[in-house]
Amino acid sequence: MWLFLFTELILFGGLFIVYAVYRFTYSNEFALAAKELDTFLGMVNTLVLLTSSLTMAMSITAIQKQNKNLAMLLIGLTIALALTFMVNKYFEWGAKFSHGIYPGGNELINKTNGEILYFGLYYVMTGLHGLHVIIGVIILSVMLYFIRTDHITKDSFVKLENSGLYWHLVDIIWIFLFPLFYLIH
Amino acid sequence: MSHHNENKTHVIGYGTYALVWLALVSFTGITVAVAGIDIGNFTIVVALLIASIKSILVLTIFMHLRFEDKVFRMFVFIAFLTLAIFIGLTFFDYSFIR
Repeated sequence: MWLFLFTELILFGGLFIVYAVYRFTYSNEFALAAKELDTFLGMVNTLVLLTSSLTMAMSITAIQKQNKNLAMLLIGLTIALALTFMVNKYFEWGAKFSHGIYPGGNELINKTNGEILYFGLYYVMTGLHGLHVIIGVIILSVMLYFIRTDHITKDSFVKLENSGLYWHLVDIIWIFLFPLFYLIH
Repeated sequence: MSHHNENKTHVIGYGTYALVWLALVSFTGITVAVAGIDIGNFTIVVALLIASIKSILVLTIFMHLRFEDKVFRMFVFIAFLTLAIFIGLTFFDYSFIR
């Protein structure tokens, strides 16, 4: 699992390097473009993801303590929080789209190159992250089923632990995305 | 893989997780607060520093790295360090060229 996580790190790492380069090339434009993002919505989503990591970690403890129902409840909560994150993201992207800020959109096309790059990176990086959240929801749903059918128990919870590792990495990536895109001034 | 399951299992209490979560939430608050203050290019340094501290908390406690083999922990550390060096050098490079 960790080997897979390393490849994920390289995938996102490459994008972070691209970000680093353009952030310096167009620092003023990036600051201007970042003002278009809703910091409050971003912060709410950060808290949602952090809490989902908490419920994920706790579900493993619950399984280890043979508390099947609690483990299922906690996984269910994690999925619910992940979906909350995506709903927030939907409203956020939706608002941008309706203002014509999307690749090729009438509003964005008139902006400076730096701002266009910022939004390009914003859509690619948060989009790729969102895709990971969706995959996470699917994986966690399968885990919920496995716990229900006793495929995951006190003595065999490696599947659940590996899903947890994946989920926490998705959280870590957001921990970096949030300040880099939402908190530039 | 999480090979520590094979020999010994560490059960981390709910309380420990809750404390880590509380720390993560506090750090998020600090990042947002610091971003409001104008300290020029240091804003990004502080933001990345706090993000790194948060990641270390998630890695060691949530992802149970604390209980993994020393060699294995070194692997993860080197992976993150390599990434940090690449990104750091790129930042450094660009801030001097421009």
